Amino acid sequence: MDLKPITTKERLAIPRQTMPAQDPAERVHNFNEVNLGYTPEMAQKEAMRCIQCKDPICIKGCPVNIKIDKFIKLIAEGNFLGAAKKIKEDNILPAICGRVCPQEDQCEKVCVLTKKYTPVAIGNLERFAADYEREHGHIELPEVQAATGKKVAVIGSGPAGLSCANDLARFGHSVTVFEALHELGGVLMYGIPEFRLPKDIVKIEIEGLKKIGVEFVANTVVGRSVTIDELMNEEHFDAVFIGVGAGLPWFMGIPGENLLGVYAANEFLTRVNLMQSYTFPENDTPVFNCKGKNIAVFGGGNTAMDAVRTAKRLGAEHAYIVYRRSEAEMPARAEEIHNAKEEGIEFLLLMNPVEFIGNEQQWLTGVKCIRMELGEPDDSGRRKPVPIKGSEFVLPVDMAVVSIGNGSNPLIKQTTPEIEVSRRDTIVVDINTMATSKENVYAGGDIVTGGATVILAMGAGRTAAKAIHEQLTGQSSDPR
Amino acid sequence: MYNIVSAIFLAENIKKIEIQAPRIAKKRKAGQFVMIRAGEHGERIPLTIAGSDPEKGTITIIVQGMGKSTRELNLKETGDTIHDIVGPLGTPSHIEKFGTAVSIGGGVGTAIAYPTAVALKEAGNYVITINGARTRDLVILEDEMKAVSDEAYITTDDGSYGFHGFVTQKLQELIDSGKPIDYVLAIGPIPMMKAVAEVTRPYGIPTVVSLNPVMVDGTGMCGGCRVTVDNETRFACVDGPEFDAHKVDFKNLSDRNRMYLPEEKQSVEAFSHKCHLGQLH
Ligand SMILES: Cc1cc2nc3c(=O)[nH]c(=O)nc-3n(C[C@H](O)[C@H](O)[C@H](O)COP(=O)(O)OP(=O)(O)OC[C@H]3O[C@@H](n4cnc5c(N)ncnc54)[C@H](O)[C@@H]3O)c2cc1C
Ligand SMILES: Cc1cc2nc3c(=O)[nH]c(=O)nc-3n(C[C@H](O)[C@H](O)[C@H](O)COP(=O)(O)OP(=O)(O)OC[C@H]3O[C@@H](n4cnc5c(N)ncnc54)[C@H](O)[C@@H]3O)c2cc1C
Ligand code: SF4
Ligand code: SF4
Ligand code: FES
Repeated sequence: MDLKPITTKERLAIPRQTMPAQDPAERVHNFNEVNLGYTPEMAQKEAMRCIQCKDPICIKGCPVNIKIDKFIKLIAEGNFLGAAKKIKEDNILPAICGRVCPQEDQCEKVCVLTKKYTPVAIGNLERFAADYEREHGHIELPEVQAATGKKVAVIGSGPAGLSCANDLARFGHSVTVFEALHELGGVLMYGIPEFRLPKDIVKIEIEGLKKIGVEFVANTVVGRSVTIDELMNEEHFDAVFIGVGAGLPWFMGIPGENLLGVYAANEFLTRVNLMQSYTFPENDTPVFNCKGKNIAVFGGGNTAMDAVRTAKRLGAEHAYIVYRRSEAEMPARAEEIHNAKEEGIEFLLLMNPVEFIGNEQQWLTGVKCIRMELGEPDDSGRRKPVPIKGSEFVLPVDMAVVSIGNGSNPLIKQTTPEIEVSRRDTIVVDINTMATSKENVYAGGDIVTGGATVILAMGAGRTAAKAIHEQLTGQSSDPR
Repeated sequence: MYNIVSAIFLAENIKKIEIQAPRIAKKRKAGQFVMIRAGEHGERIPLTIAGSDPEKGTITIIVQGMGKSTRELNLKETGDTIHDIVGPLGTPSHIEKFGTAVSIGGGVGTAIAYPTAVALKEAGNYVITINGARTRDLVILEDEMKAVSDEAYITTDDGSYGFHGFVTQKLQELIDSGKPIDYVLAIGPIPMMKAVAEVTRPYGIPTVVSLNPVMVDGTGMCGGCRVTVDNETRFACVDGPEFDAHKVDFKNLSDRNRMYLPEEKQSVEAFSHKCHLGQLH
């Protein structure tokens, strides 16, 4: 397409293109994706808003430094496949990151347009390019270097494991991914719901890895089914990457937490997403019947938003977010908070649960909450909520979901004590190489950082792959 | 897909299934379990590994048909396959030479207790087994239990075989006879395990039970299997399933196990309907 010369002023006059979405009234009755994606025309128009900075500062805001200016230019020119290819030089899962990255805290936060105008919709454009490539069946398999004869085991098939496996396979190593669950993809499959990230997209990405030779072994819990030492000594893996995520739900330790109807977010979301209980009884796994019920989710992160919107879709009458700070402090993506509000989720802010209350049959009937006010900033720089004396009241609810974060699963630590862990049980690594304290064992993603983001986990997987390659072959090479 | 090498009924509604799963066969220890998903749309359910043959690469499970998932498993025949199986999971039984160890099994709990009874015997204990069933036809693993026991007792609720009464009555009888008992393992329905705990409590006999909360992943990820032990929340799939019987909150466990009663009923009804119409397979 021939681009008419367009002045900066004209570019700045184009309004940010809003992503079409399912109508809120309709989407609360289904699990289909909320956002519908840009049309090519919209994508080009949005891409035209980018003023192609000489020093594209947006790139620094992206944890994997996607060449944002370049791929956006390609979209503006109508070269959508070229744009997808450009993104994939740095990010192997663009269809996923475009959907779930907290752009407003990363690339879009630093875009020069942000201060005076609205930022370029970098995430939406990334998603568009990746979707276009996939939907047009043009996914090109990346080049794979000659086989090195080295074997690497990757533990966990979340974004950290997948990106590490991808790069290692391209370096020519033989890669086997071990996954505890029966489905591959980690949180992308069992945590983030279909309405935000269609599972078919994750499956297609994983098919791509299989095509470049990555082997996947599901139903294998490393630490129980086989240990890291056995993998290295008996099955002769030359190196191991640990990407097991943060998967041990925290509870609040308040009375009544074991009543019937109280879930950890992981369980609620796993039942619905992984086991597809929303189709019960076609799928055998049940989940609390939310129809016409009042439900409350405790927390303010992405997981909490996913849980509460899931409950709404399962038919909840009132679905509350109960969060002890104010909206400004909520860690969830801005878009999800916005979408949740559109869907009629009720936000009860500056409020903290102190006790779950049950009936004679031990079913949850309500939660005693206390109102909070914001005091002085704490270590994290956020103003610390303090309870207001005497402000307790009982919120009547039939089901509650605790979503206050996850710690580390102890299985690897128990069976491989040489791997140094922090006080919080996260694995300690050299951040330049992701090497752990055990020789030829690397780690990355949530197991190192604690619950973080998809893109950070991916970045860590890639850093580790590079270091593993250098360690195994003594040469540095770039597969990109 | 995992191949079923053999599948035979031990008693009405209780089936012994041997499955090809070499990694698990090599690794498993007494007291550990697997999570099984029979078919593509199935639930993940926990089942104890009753035995294994590392050479053949097989493990054995013993399944009692309760609801939809276990009944579906019990329809499997030799040559059929199982969609997913993962393990071994859970902390293995704590085995040492206690002296005299009593292993008590109730119903299908007999199958769950069996591997631990074997391990107790191998560790040099004087092993007494008490296995209870409602009636004679439901007695399972009689010969196997005899083979690992120094004394083996069977109790039936209706007196149709062995000792007439509950396993707890037999246990009380042994204690009253002045036999020194150093360790008790009890596995079966929750009321039975609770009753055993009450029998041994006054004597301070170390007693262990294997808890059966509802599980989803079996790896410590979901928190659904949480039980209250010594007033603390523990995850049965990683911290257990065996716990100190004198510290378990059995009421909370049996309450929590009622969570999906209406859905379980619905599943079974839909399943029976399909069975009648011959729409399975
Ligand atoms: C509900 C929810 C919503 C989220 N929303 C967002 C979002 O919108 N944007 C965003 O950027 N981030 C989001 N996150 C965070 C993001 O998903 C994680 O930071 C990211 O998935 C971490 O990747 P990972 O590869 O480290 O681990 P995971 O994705 O957790 O994958 C780890 C994998 O390892 C497997 N495993 C664990 N132990 C073993 C073992 N012993 N042996 C074998 N396999 C094992 C697990 O089963 C799992 O499949 C969300 C998280 C949740 C839970
Ligand atoms: C560690 C452990 C080891 C076990 N070993 C054996 C064994 O060797 N042989 C055997 O026959 N049974 C065993 N069980 C019990 C078995 O898992 C349940 O009977 C089975 O899950 C019931 O499923 P269902 O669909 O047939 O019945 P449902 O109709 O769904 O339920 C019947 C009852 O089983 C329990 N249950 C339901 N779903 C689950 C689940 N996902 N996890 C755990 N319990 C559930 C509930 O208490 C419920 O009331 C074990 C349980 C645990 C926790
Ligand atoms: S990967 Fe995430 S941070 Fe990077 S450009 Fe894409 S949306 Fe922005
Ligand atoms: S900072 Fe914004 S305007 Fe500048 S190149 Fe990046 S996306 Fe375009
Ligand atoms: S079954 Fe999920 S944590 Fe134990």
